[in-house]
Amino acid sequence: MSEISEEQVAHLANLARIALTPEEISSLTTELDQIVDSIAKVQEVATPDVPATSHPVPLSNVFRPDVVGETLTIEQALQNAPEQADNRFKVSAILGEEQ
Amino acid sequence: MTDIIRMTAADLSTHLQSGEISAVDATQAHLDRIEAVDTDVHAFLAVSSDALDTARRIDERRAAGEKLGPLAGIPLAVKDVLVTTDMPSTSGSKILEGYMSPFDATVVRLSREAGLIPIGKTNMDEFAMGSSTEHSAYGPTRNPWDLDRIPGGSGGGSAAAVAAFEAPLALGSDTGGSIRQPAHVTGTVGVKPTYGAVSRYGAIALASSLDQVGPVTRTVLDAGLLHDVIAQHDPHDSTSLTDTWPSMAEAARSGARGDGLAGLKVGVVRELSGDGFQAGVQSRFEETVALLTAQGAEVIEVSAPHFEYAVAAYYLILPAEASSNLAKFDSVRFGMRVQPDGGGTVEQVMAATREAGFGPEVKRRIILGTYALSAGYYDAYYGSAQKVRTLIQRDFTAAFEQVDVLVTPSAPTTAFKFGEKLADPMAMYLNDITTIPANLAGIPGISVPIGLAPEDGLPVGIQVMAPQREDARLYRVGAAIEALLEQQWGHTLISKAPALGGK
Repeated sequence: MSEISEEQVAHLANLARIALTPEEISSLTTELDQIVDSIAKVQEVATPDVPATSHPVPLSNVFRPDVVGETLTIEQALQNAPEQADNRFKVSAILGEEQ
Repeated sequence: MTDIIRMTAADLSTHLQSGEISAVDATQAHLDRIEAVDTDVHAFLAVSSDALDTARRIDERRAAGEKLGPLAGIPLAVKDVLVTTDMPSTSGSKILEGYMSPFDATVVRLSREAGLIPIGKTNMDEFAMGSSTEHSAYGPTRNPWDLDRIPGGSGGGSAAAVAAFEAPLALGSDTGGSIRQPAHVTGTVGVKPTYGAVSRYGAIALASSLDQVGPVTRTVLDAGLLHDVIAQHDPHDSTSLTDTWPSMAEAARSGARGDGLAGLKVGVVRELSGDGFQAGVQSRFEETVALLTAQGAEVIEVSAPHFEYAVAAYYLILPAEASSNLAKFDSVRFGMRVQPDGGGTVEQVMAATREAGFGPEVKRRIILGTYALSAGYYDAYYGSAQKVRTLIQRDFTAAFEQVDVLVTPSAPTTAFKFGEKLADPMAMYLNDITTIPANLAGIPGISVPIGLAPEDGLPVGIQVMAPQREDARLYRVGAAIEALLEQQWGHTLISKAPALGGK
């Protein structure tokens, strides 16, 4: 058993910035435990002599000429923003009261 | 003349070029069809209001004597994972509801330049996570063969759209089978090209090392025609290959003439047949392999011992990549923003937004990916999965030393019923056992319809896989299989799909 705990799932949810409800944390704990049990079998064959593959078709450095490319206008960049002000994205307070 | 909506894109192209049918006629016929049947099928999330104007401009250009490409004037359905400037792009998620992209995905741009007419955006599992479209935030698409069953996923909308004659051509994306498995369950054709052959620019990323855009059609030739339009190097995608490709349409035409089956070495993957495969899927598959043998192909059983680890590796690599790709949905630059009760800091707003905007499968995979990448677990899970990826590539290399193509059933079962696998994520994940290895290795794969399973009368497909960059081989073999079977049946498979009542 991989033994994933509710505390662990709550911690992961915080890292992933998802405000899961207690019910979601509880059901995800059960599901993740089952999923991790089934996928942990990769360790059976992943011996130290096997190199890792991160990309299916090996490519070496891909460069382009260092010239200004096509860019979005400010209007285009902001057109989907939930909130904007003075040609910038507007966000909520960065620091909370305790900070 | 055949009904416009039932024509293949290749036939429609001939009629458009001769002037018997205008692009406006072709577009209107498909818009009418969508209006008539999409309440039942729900393949589309958006229908274009510009399509008729675009069609009119194509007709004007043709009338002015301009030389247009073979697909000019043909309607195209576009999976909602691909961004478009004229219709919203949501990737099946609430978090992107109403999102209007300031640019077109490269494949959409190339399609427009070729004169294709985007008529709508197709439904999909949220962010392409799923095998049934049941994870779409906008409700599932229904399989035109049986409205109580899934159309496959994640690209169930694109497959159902072509199967229901709502569009002759569609674009899909395939991360672990999202083009090929829907093709299998809807009696249509789907191709996942070699990784990098088609640009991913403007395809809302799920797992960047696995995603590939490809054609969804009713015939192999039509897939080849669309493939020829979209397979081009794109400087906007650093993983885009610079290869010059042979014409896939030509490969399909040559295959349909029966060229190349004699002496072709066909490998049957021992680990991807038999146990766990529905009897009717297995029997149709074996009959098709026997047909290839009768045409002079040499069938060899090959072993791919590490394929049994493919699903496990995939469900570590995909969530790991997805959890970082989806970090961009931060409620700042685009998408939904939800204020927690009583307000909050930007991080609290972000967490409340992602809680409200993501569905259960997306949350499950983000949490799983975050776990797989956590300090202390990284080597054991993500690192091991990357090693399995090497082992699977080696299995393919060894197999392709013996054979020209590999064949498998495209999926273990025919279309299942809604709800059947929803409560058991692992059962849903195992549905992709046949298609995942190709994504892990970056090789191309096609699914071609090979008949109906006797026990349930639902479509079955064969998957053909070839080495990297040998996409043309898929079209030759796929078209040969299609031609042989249609000759035997005396009709196409899709012509046997039940008529949709419509309204």
